[in-house]
Amino acid sequence: MNTPLAPHYKKPLWETPFAERARALQQRDSYVPWAGYSTVDVFTTVEQEYFAIRNATTLFDLTPMVKYRIAGPDAERYVNRLVTRDIRKLKVGRVSYVVWCNDAGHLIDDGTVFRIAEHDFRICTAERQLDWFMDSAIGFKVEIEEVTSEIAALAVQGPTSCFVLKRLGLEGVEQLKPFEWRNLSAAGRPVMVSRTGFTGDLGYELWMRPEHALGLWDDLMDAGQSRGIRPIGSQALNMARIEAGFLMPNVDFISAEHTIRLNRDRSPLELGLEWLIDFDKPHFNGRRALLEENRVGPKRRLVGLDVAGNKPAHGALLYSDEAGLKEVGHVTSAMWSPTCKRNIALAMINTPHEGLGSTVWADVYLNRELMWERRMLRSQVVERPFFAPARRRATPPNDR
Amino acid sequence: MSNPSLRQPDAIVIGAGHNGLVAACYLARAGVKVLVVERSDIVGGAAVSRKLYQDFTYSNCSYVCSLLRPEIMRTLELPRYGLQIIPYEGGCTMMRGGGHLALYDNHDALRREIARHSKRDAEAYDRYSRDVMRQCKFIKPLLMREPPDPTSFKPRDIQELLYLGQRLHGLGEERMYDTLRFWTMSAADFLDEYFESEIVKAHFAGTSIIGTALGPRSPGSAYVLLHHYMGDIDETVGAWGFARGGMGAITQALSQSLEASGGSIRVDSPVERILVKNGQAVGVALASGEEIQAKTVISNMDVKRTFLNTVDPEHLPSDFLTAVKRFKIRGSSGKLNIALDGLPTFPAIPKDSPTIRGDLHITDTVEMMERAYDDWKEGRWSQAPYVDMLIPSQIDPTMTPDGKHYMSVFVQYCPYELADGPWTDEKRQAFGNTVIDAIANQSPDFKSLILHTEIRTPWDIEREVGLTEGNIFQGELTMDQLLFNRPVPGYAQYATPIKNLYMSGSSTHPGGGVMGAPGANAARRVLRDLGIEAKA
Amino acid sequence: MSSVRPDSADVIIIGGGHNGLVCAATLARAGQSVLVLEAAEHVGGMAITRRFAEGFKVSAAAHLFNQMPLSLVRDLNLKHHGLAFAATDLPTIGLSPDEAPLRMGDLDALNVRSEADARAYAPFDRRMNRFGKLIHAILASTPPRLGTTLWEDKWALAKMALKLRLLGRKEMRELLRIIGMNAYDLFEDEFQTPVLKGVLGFDAIVGSNFGPRAPGTVLTYLYRRAAEVSADSSTFVQPIGGLGTVTQALARAAEAAGARIRTQAPVARILVENDHASGVLLESGETIVANTVISNVDAKTTFLNLLGTEHLDTGFVRRIDHFRSAGMTAKLHLALAKRPNFTGVKPEWLGGRLVLSPSLNELERAFNPTKYQSVSATPALEITIPTIHDSSLAPTGQHVLSSVVQYVPYSIKGGWQTHRAALTTQLIDLLDQHAPGLRDSVVAAELLTPEDLEKEFRVTGGHWHHGDLAFDQFYMVRPVPGATQYQTPLPGLYLCGASSHPGGGVMGLAGRHAAHRVMSKSP
Repeated sequence: MNTPLAPHYKKPLWETPFAERARALQQRDSYVPWAGYSTVDVFTTVEQEYFAIRNATTLFDLTPMVKYRIAGPDAERYVNRLVTRDIRKLKVGRVSYVVWCNDAGHLIDDGTVFRIAEHDFRICTAERQLDWFMDSAIGFKVEIEEVTSEIAALAVQGPTSCFVLKRLGLEGVEQLKPFEWRNLSAAGRPVMVSRTGFTGDLGYELWMRPEHALGLWDDLMDAGQSRGIRPIGSQALNMARIEAGFLMPNVDFISAEHTIRLNRDRSPLELGLEWLIDFDKPHFNGRRALLEENRVGPKRRLVGLDVAGNKPAHGALLYSDEAGLKEVGHVTSAMWSPTCKRNIALAMINTPHEGLGSTVWADVYLNRELMWERRMLRSQVVERPFFAPARRRATPPNDR
Repeated sequence: MSNPSLRQPDAIVIGAGHNGLVAACYLARAGVKVLVVERSDIVGGAAVSRKLYQDFTYSNCSYVCSLLRPEIMRTLELPRYGLQIIPYEGGCTMMRGGGHLALYDNHDALRREIARHSKRDAEAYDRYSRDVMRQCKFIKPLLMREPPDPTSFKPRDIQELLYLGQRLHGLGEERMYDTLRFWTMSAADFLDEYFESEIVKAHFAGTSIIGTALGPRSPGSAYVLLHHYMGDIDETVGAWGFARGGMGAITQALSQSLEASGGSIRVDSPVERILVKNGQAVGVALASGEEIQAKTVISNMDVKRTFLNTVDPEHLPSDFLTAVKRFKIRGSSGKLNIALDGLPTFPAIPKDSPTIRGDLHITDTVEMMERAYDDWKEGRWSQAPYVDMLIPSQIDPTMTPDGKHYMSVFVQYCPYELADGPWTDEKRQAFGNTVIDAIANQSPDFKSLILHTEIRTPWDIEREVGLTEGNIFQGELTMDQLLFNRPVPGYAQYATPIKNLYMSGSSTHPGGGVMGAPGANAARRVLRDLGIEAKA
Repeated sequence: MSSVRPDSADVIIIGGGHNGLVCAATLARAGQSVLVLEAAEHVGGMAITRRFAEGFKVSAAAHLFNQMPLSLVRDLNLKHHGLAFAATDLPTIGLSPDEAPLRMGDLDALNVRSEADARAYAPFDRRMNRFGKLIHAILASTPPRLGTTLWEDKWALAKMALKLRLLGRKEMRELLRIIGMNAYDLFEDEFQTPVLKGVLGFDAIVGSNFGPRAPGTVLTYLYRRAAEVSADSSTFVQPIGGLGTVTQALARAAEAAGARIRTQAPVARILVENDHASGVLLESGETIVANTVISNVDAKTTFLNLLGTEHLDTGFVRRIDHFRSAGMTAKLHLALAKRPNFTGVKPEWLGGRLVLSPSLNELERAFNPTKYQSVSATPALEITIPTIHDSSLAPTGQHVLSSVVQYVPYSIKGGWQTHRAALTTQLIDLLDQHAPGLRDSVVAAELLTPEDLEKEFRVTGGHWHHGDLAFDQFYMVRPVPGATQYQTPLPGLYLCGASSHPGGGVMGLAGRHAAHRVMSKSP
């Protein structure tokens, strides 16, 4: 078990309940902070870990994901006023991907909402939201409680993940459809399983009491031995999420609650998340501003880019012309996709240069054995996700 | 009667405080022959290091370097002349009944620390920092500019007004309102919009009252909160910290920079009178009787001392004199400098917490600070004062013999005039005892470690440093005394009713703190009038 | 009884206070069908006359009339509708335990105390009048919004700048200097006589949550001067029958123009359809339909209780939640068996406005304990004895004393239940010191703390202005960004009460501005 906790001023980051196992398996001493926890960035090599996501089964420690319990007679009305989707349609046993906005219709964060019971919800987000959530509760009969440390969580993702979970003893897990959750148990340990994830592949997320964390980890590693199970760090996950076209806070957008400069915050319309907005439901935060933005059209959009060559266009400025005279946007995330064999990127591009099929030029600086070279790379706006295998939706999933 | 040994200077700066030296440096670099005359036997004004007890160096007036503009340090090459600013580690507020709140640099540590008092406040802190930072970003470029005269039709004033308008407009509608509110609110009300925990609010409210004759509930005190963030905005490490060798190191570096540019300084040369002929300043007369002629005279003294003591009133319009008399310079702070035989322990703080190296405060609630202010209003020092302690010798080994420590204690509030008659040695000691008792209540071994104490009331600070009422900002930082109102409406651009006489002290925009901006702005104004391009 | 078809109107106004009635009258005269819904038995809000003891009546909250613009009185023909004055030009008398009573503006009397003050007073008064006129231009107009592209907003700002310039350089500078100042310093700089400064200080802080040393109190002083300018009088007026006469006249004016008024019709909810105000639900369960709903109720009650936060964004709710609305002013009503005799107060002064605020320091001391949920033993008082001029308010030969008590906090440690009686006694004792024998003539006493005012008048915090008048809640940011210019985030819902610019006082300007805003927005 954990050593006695050092005070925060000596050791600012917490360890997750899986830390002991992670320490034993990681070979790189490569950790990153995430929401107050220390998490593994790379266990062995990013490539091995990445390919395991697309080929086998991976474990990713999700415990730092910030979790809130929202309960009370007004819980549904509260969540519905908070997020842009119509939560009234979310049934018990279902999960929904949502975003929430400030008054100006700018994105504060994204996350998932679990409907636990009629008047009981769980919201999972990458960053802490208590300040906004509590102020949003004025006038509602709800109780809001952060329960992050009470719930250990593991993402089990990859084509063979369903097989591994069945072998673990989670009966009926194969019946879970995307965005469904169920309370199951493995070897007497209650586990909440949701068919959700950040990889764009077949995968599940397991939510459990912290005291069951290590036992469950061990059983999973045993159950997955024949299916190439391995733990992964955040770098490999980041590759998978770019292929899947998912957004990362503080990379693809900054929370509107954190921006200091003007015009640095982004609306869901700009981020290509209009499918998450339901203008027909009752009032929600930012609705009036978003309606107006929708009327005049967003000024820019986050799009997928297919960049020439194979060098990732990290942070590249984008131009409408090869000469680089007119700047029209910038890349937010970029990578060479090993699975798609494409040089892909997520980019924020001003209208009207953001249309599907449009060409922009990425100003890329390449370091070739310590010599820097500049390239203007032709890039095309393409559909995202870049990678969307059928297995991610198949129910029951194929076992291989 | 001019001194034959010295070639006549082009410009005389009265007072070798940091702003006077900054002004002199800028002038010297532009090729102006500058002479700085200083009343005291050392340069530095309120930014001095003194040895009053054995081998202990005291920063006996100002005690922390928070606002010195990095562009000034760079232009005047102060690092080259030995100035090193060492950041200190956050701060801490101790409650009288035990318990504390520390401010750690590490964001996660800080969040967990605040969460000990309120989980919600730990997160609201980010919103608070964001909003204060937004205001800092707005104000920063205004520090190093002459405030425009809103009644003037001069192209320069109109241009500057437009600039101000554009900056405001550039904030966008919502933030413009936030700015209007921020600049006029009380610190207590502002903090209430973010925090619920008393200790969290009390901790932040502290910065809003330092050096001012306002309480945390006085409207207009909120904006002083941004002083704490001003250093961070520059994104330059070490903007907030200790000057290695004490605060005197700043003025020492400035002196060297000045001398390297050809300027000179004369200490022990109190100015008796500014010489005025035909409405123009022509030099100064020293107390010794010596007269020094110069085409330009810049007073770094506060505005009252300059015009009520050093200029013959017959040269001044009566409206101006009235306005100077009505300018509010109020003594509200005291200072203790203490030599310690060892590091005192504070049971409220965990033994191994690094926060002891930051600034240490004793207060529980905003109410306690407000009550401390109520005492001041009644002409007595606060019975439960707000104390701001620093033990810089933990970080700067040059200050004390090994193993010993120097503690700077800034005390809010202490009046310049007591309701029960003038300050006496007994009263000074009683004031000191109030403060020492307050500290000893937090630190059982504190009293036994004291080797030497220097107690300074506002009255002492005025007498020793020459600051009217011992006010550290050379004038209250209230709405009626900021920007184009500072120090006198119509004379906020460093010039005075007397031609060729200028002001460079903290009585002028943007005011106090060891910032140097008034000095730099004043020098630019002088150079413009002389038709000389300022360098950098 | 209620018909099967729901009641309806073009415009519903929630609350029949003076602003609601002005708004109703203005809209009705423009041809709109207007329905005013008042929760109480009578219209009037905080400007009413009511019984407080057997045979004794009093203006229950506001008790003097000096701020309603003459143009409004004329336009609405209030005199025709029953507004008449028992007395005008009421003098203000400063009381002090240390000095003889001083009639404000009596330069001869002042000269005896301080020649310098007598010299300084007239120029000072003229200057404040000039500044008051300029501030009046602010009160008399809808505040612009900043950062918009609208011509009207830019024009309003430009007009302000021009008016400022037209003061002349010297006066403009002086205004820009003092506007952010505190009353204490301004009056200390100008004058020596303690009671003179005390009374001026009182005028700067009455109804507010600040001591005279608080920056921003010169603004509130000028605000008061401005209101007096618009009423074209710097003196006080006492309507026959108390302040209730004013609102009764307003009600008649509104009804004469075709507005309907329903009393005892408390509103439970503002109804919303398709993100537009669509009417109200009464506490009785009755629904009334309207295209436009205007709330004369304070901002907190309007948004947090009547509308509900579910129709609003979190950031806006946060701002409303922080709108400072705790009152600091109480009201004392005494039924007296005989005419009180204030020491040194001439008989012809007794019907005036007696201000007990001996000095600025005393005033600040009266404020100090309220910061800590306590109350001073010697608060400042604004005393009127309306029965001197209007015998209809009390049985023959008997009198009513009505006093504003500043400062009395909204919440007090231990609760008002345990403190009300003690404070009442304390106040009577204080009055007795200045009017010996008064204590023994008290037949009945009523003290309305801010908490009581909140209950009786349904105003959050019992605040006279619905919320502090201070720079951060003034003009362009009143009550909060997002609800300025009498509009709200919800289309079809407007504000017309004291929460909006220019705030409280029996002025009626918020009601009038709101009506104009509604008309400019209606198709």
